Amino acid sequence: MKKILIVDDEPNIVMSLEYTFKRQNFEVFIARDGMEALEILKNQLPDMIILDIMMPLVDGFETLQKIKSNEQLNHCKVMFLSAKNKESDIEKGLSLGADAYLTKPFSIKKVVDQVNELLG
Amino acid sequence: MNSIALILILLVYLALLFFVAHWAEKGNKNKWIVNPYIYSFSLAIYCTAWTYYGSIGVASKSGLDYLPIYLGPIIIIPSWIIILKKIIRIAKVNKVSSIADFISLRYGNSRFLGAMVTIVCLIGVLPYIGLQLKAISETFHVVTKTPLSSIVFEDTTTYIAIALALFASYYGTRYVDASEKRKGIVTVVAMESIIKLLFFLIIGIYITFYVFDGFDDIYQQASKLENYEKLNSIGGLPQAINWFMLAILSMSAIFLLPRQFHVTVVENNRESHINTAIWLFPLYLLLFNLFVYPVAWGGNILFNGQQVNTDFYSLLIPQFFNNQTLTVMVFLGGFSAAISMIVVASITLSTMLTNNVLIPYNLLGKLKGNEESISIKKIINTRKIVIFLLIIFSHFIYRLFGLDYSLVSIGMVAFVIIAQLAPSFFGSLFWRRGSRLGAIWGIILGLLVCFYTLLLPYAIGIANTNSTFISEGLYGNHLLKPFQLFGLDYLKPVPHALFWSLLVNFMVYFSVSVSFKGNYRERNYAEMFVDINKYMTNHENAFVWKGTAYTSDIEKVLVKFLGEERTKRAMNIFNLKYNVDKNQELADSRLIKFAENLLTGHIGTASAKILISSVVKEEKITLPEVLKILEESKENIIINKKLTETSNELKKATHELQLANENLIKKDKQKDEFLDTVTHELRTPITAIRAASEILHDDDEVPEQLKKQFLQNIISESDRLNRLIDKILDLEKFETGKQKINVQKNNVVTTIEQALEPLYQLIKNKNIATYVESAEEAFALYDEERIIQVMNNLVSNAVKFCPETDGLITIQVIDKEDVVQINVSDNGKGIDKNDFENIFDKFYQSSNQNFKKPIGSGLGLAICKQIVEYHKGKIWVQDSVKGACIVFTLPKHKQP
Repeated sequence: MKKILIVDDEPNIVMSLEYTFKRQNFEVFIARDGMEALEILKNQLPDMIILDIMMPLVDGFETLQKIKSNEQLNHCKVMFLSAKNKESDIEKGLSLGADAYLTKPFSIKKVVDQVNELLG
Repeated sequence: MNSIALILILLVYLALLFFVAHWAEKGNKNKWIVNPYIYSFSLAIYCTAWTYYGSIGVASKSGLDYLPIYLGPIIIIPSWIIILKKIIRIAKVNKVSSIADFISLRYGNSRFLGAMVTIVCLIGVLPYIGLQLKAISETFHVVTKTPLSSIVFEDTTTYIAIALALFASYYGTRYVDASEKRKGIVTVVAMESIIKLLFFLIIGIYITFYVFDGFDDIYQQASKLENYEKLNSIGGLPQAINWFMLAILSMSAIFLLPRQFHVTVVENNRESHINTAIWLFPLYLLLFNLFVYPVAWGGNILFNGQQVNTDFYSLLIPQFFNNQTLTVMVFLGGFSAAISMIVVASITLSTMLTNNVLIPYNLLGKLKGNEESISIKKIINTRKIVIFLLIIFSHFIYRLFGLDYSLVSIGMVAFVIIAQLAPSFFGSLFWRRGSRLGAIWGIILGLLVCFYTLLLPYAIGIANTNSTFISEGLYGNHLLKPFQLFGLDYLKPVPHALFWSLLVNFMVYFSVSVSFKGNYRERNYAEMFVDINKYMTNHENAFVWKGTAYTSDIEKVLVKFLGEERTKRAMNIFNLKYNVDKNQELADSRLIKFAENLLTGHIGTASAKILISSVVKEEKITLPEVLKILEESKENIIINKKLTETSNELKKATHELQLANENLIKKDKQKDEFLDTVTHELRTPITAIRAASEILHDDDEVPEQLKKQFLQNIISESDRLNRLIDKILDLEKFETGKQKINVQKNNVVTTIEQALEPLYQLIKNKNIATYVESAEEAFALYDEERIIQVMNNLVSNAVKFCPETDGLITIQVIDKEDVVQINVSDNGKGIDKNDFENIFDKFYQSSNQNFKKPIGSGLGLAICKQIVEYHKGKIWVQDSVKGACIVFTLPKHKQP
């Protein structure tokens, strides 16, 4: 069973994603911001992380940098899922080492497809 | 004491003076030499041997009569801050080098007036110099206990006079330009001022506390002398008037004495030095007078009944006690006082004589033309010879006429004569109508009155004839008694002469000036003198002149007196200052004035005018024309001033624009950020709605309960979207002024309760304690719905910023006179001081916010501010120790 970590501060969005990935047989972990995510990552090694960018305390970009500095998490795929849809934001996200960048509002189907593709 | 020994001491002292003068001259930018203290002490040249010895003589014979001569200056000195500044500015701008130059320039470069002022000064000052030489000579013989030799050339003091004359002529003529500063001389004068005061204080202390037992002791013993009571009563009104006149006399002397004018005006380096002088110089005078009285009466006690010269008590007392060191010291102090005056007075007289008499009257060779004309070398040599001769001549005056009257009366006569310059001098500073003829006739008639009421009777007194002139009056006419003219019998001779001469002088000056108009040049300078502050930096502009002149001709004249190099430099400065082309062939009025100025220092104002007018062709201008031009130049100056003001305003406006622009750029950036935030905020509910809808649409197997939850999410997210749009539109309405508010008298306390109600759940969830501190009611004028909105916003913010545990929100309602003030504070992390101003800006999100995601949309506080200001209230952040405190006010009365 693959593990997925969803990091977003909007509970209604999280709820949809959680339902969807549970249906896809993922073990789902939830964090409300970067800080909580890093806390969870101390004990868990998920295969996939879905990251929002604009969050309180520690934002998505910073969270990704922390993830990339942890060798144990090297294998783990990261996808941004953000309402920030400017070219510069997308470029920044990918250059920091994200494997994909999808913008909000998103299609659930596309998100699932993208995750499946990344996990091969 | 042995004569040779004393001469040796004097030689050493003179050598020291030479050395100091030389040193000061060399390091003339040194701050030890150019400073307000040197300046202030050099002013003490006012205290001559007359002060040093004479005051004691007066005090011993007539009590406090010596005082008004020092009270006058002390009273008038505070006015220096205005008057002296003005005089110095005029002198500096026009390169004036003496009082003769000053007066002659003001009355239209008048050659005659300049010469006359010089003669007046000569008459007044020469005997005065003689008096100093007399003091040196007599004290020398007192100290050495030798008799005065009746043959001039066998008397040692004659050679002392010659040595002084050499010193003065060597150091007094270092520069051709007489308006240059002579730092060497001034430093020596300042040093001597310190020496004479110091030695005078030492002898004063010696006599008061060593010979006697303090002030009381002297008073006790003196009061037993037979004439003490009579001499020391202040007297009634007549005495007061006498004092008053003497004070007036010394007030004018402090401005007009040529040596005083020289050290205060010509040698002034910086105007700011006056600020020190106005306290230091009066203090100096006060100190100098401190021991006069005890020394005088100490002498009276010691030498009671003996025939001694009371002027020399300060020498005789230490000598009486065989204290040779003190005797020599006192002698040196007196010597210092005398030679300062001799040197400076002779230098100024020599400058005046050459620049205002000899040169303009062609006595040193022709001014105009090239051949056999005057040369720089000749001018300098003449000045040297004149200084030398003046001192020698004064010495002979003293030896020939004996100057038997006491030191003080000769000094007083000099003062009265010099005081004749007062009306035309002070008139030149404040009165535009004063004319050359008025000045000339005023001085002449004033002098005649002096002659009749003072000089003539004194001369007759000296001649010792049995004339009845003094007691019976001219031809036995009692109204014409020289000391009681027209029956004015309660004034002493000096105040009496001063009163009549100044009265006549002033009346004539005034009435002639009013009756006969002066020429255009006088009127022109009148303007420049009276309004010097206006013309300070561009006085050449204020000079009225019409005619044809060639720059090259003027340059030729300048080269002759200034030399090639200085002329070139001066012309460069001129061209730069007025932006004139170097190759300009024709000279304008500014160049004429500029050239006259350059020459004034060298050859005096009258000669400068004569010289320049010899190479230019001047057209006659009528007085009305001058007035018109002056008016125009005044307007020009005003326009100039306005232009400067406008340009300053423009600069300010540019600066403001720049700031506004920067502000705009900042606002623009904030707007971008805001749009980012708003779109993010708009997208978030849409995302939630879209995701939930998609699941419901694609997945038929969603459990019933979850389905309901998803639908509920869709509803609440839609509401959220709607609220956000409302907020944006709200703000837009306030900003464009379309919002209407319904203002009524409401109770703030109940409004707050209403505002808090919907928030209680939220507050409870975060376990926050809330306190409302208020009276039962506090009424103000506002739209209740809007203020609920404000309170709601502020309290929600407070809730957001409260810590997770032990959160605390305090609301205070303070009923003030005109407003009700509401404070909303929390115990969160507070607001950064840099954000106090900006926090209410729309779109503003603190750069110091730790939260990467802004709390709220960034609109809440902006809307609050709009609402409060719509009510004519104020909203701000209050500095608080812990947490944030936002304060707003609501007016209680109708606002206009």
